[in-house]
Amino acid sequence: MDTCIQKIREIAFQLLDKKEVERVIGFSNGTIPMATSPITIASKQDTEKLVFNSTCGLNLANYIRQQKGKIAVIAKGCDTRNIVTHIIENQVKRDQIYIIGVPCKGMINKSKIKALFEDEIIKFDEDGEILNVESSSKKEKLNKKDYLRHNCSLCQHRNPVIYDVLAGERVEEQIIDVPYPDVEKIAAMDADTRWGHFQDLTKNCIRCYACRNACPLCYCPTCFVDESGPQWVGKGQDKTDVNTFHFLRAFHCAGRCTDCGACVEACPMEINVRDFTRKLNKDSLDMFGWEAGLDLTKRPPLDAYSPDDPNHFIK
Amino acid sequence: MGNLLEHMGIERDRINFSWISSAEATKFVEVVKEISNKVRALGPNKKLVKDYN
Repeated sequence: MDTCIQKIREIAFQLLDKKEVERVIGFSNGTIPMATSPITIASKQDTEKLVFNSTCGLNLANYIRQQKGKIAVIAKGCDTRNIVTHIIENQVKRDQIYIIGVPCKGMINKSKIKALFEDEIIKFDEDGEILNVESSSKKEKLNKKDYLRHNCSLCQHRNPVIYDVLAGERVEEQIIDVPYPDVEKIAAMDADTRWGHFQDLTKNCIRCYACRNACPLCYCPTCFVDESGPQWVGKGQDKTDVNTFHFLRAFHCAGRCTDCGACVEACPMEINVRDFTRKLNKDSLDMFGWEAGLDLTKRPPLDAYSPDDPNHFIK
Repeated sequence: MGNLLEHMGIERDRINFSWISSAEATKFVEVVKEISNKVRALGPNKKLVKDYN
């Protein structure tokens, strides 16, 4: 994946040089090792600031709305699915976006790597499938595939589904026999244990809304949690309010979520909020044979009526 | 929605959906009776309840 950055910079340089796009949205190095942050560049001299590696876990499709003029965006497989969703939902027009697709072999789970060290990580780089991580007290050579994020390890759409140019060779798609082992594990518990599981999951939530802000689906001008008239949900740390927030946010993503993992990536409390959204992804697949963001010509299942829709729940 | 609530541990019988026309008074009564009976059997709900005290 490190070789594709040269290609990305070259493409971005050409696009800005020929004034084909006004801005390029990509990743730049963060202020600490093993961190990258989104960046918008408008001049070709700045293309050197672009980086792309296994720490680019956020979803850049989140930044393409309400932009003036044509923009280019660097997009992994899941990000392109969110761009498709944006186009379907009329948030952007296809011809407004120049998609630099990046076939992706997965992003790394930073907290799993941090847990290997007692002190702060001071250096991180990657050489193909090997991650070199260093703190003041020790150095580790890690196999990237052992430290993939959970969503990446189960990803079946690593290659961009829509793009104007590819910045690397297509990668082989993973074949996953059991795509939702985590959902099945929770489903196998009894009702009270499930309730306990979700109580436990959200108990550290500080309601910072980083998950919502990182999510490309959460673009409502006023989110239901910010409404004051009517106030749908309390704003404090009350556990019922916290659960209501997570439950409803997940439901707003039903049939739209691409499991990009940006919500979990952004969470400062390391809450796996995907436990909510993944259940709905599994339901979308089981009930409607639907995976979000794969086809520009199809309406999402909750947006269209079909006589074949399951209706056993209604009396 | 019912599926996700159930997944979170809310009892399935507490979540009911129905389509009743304004002209279907009998169906309305039947559905309400059925739901009341199911919920009564479950007892008071203790989950997703806000304590205002």
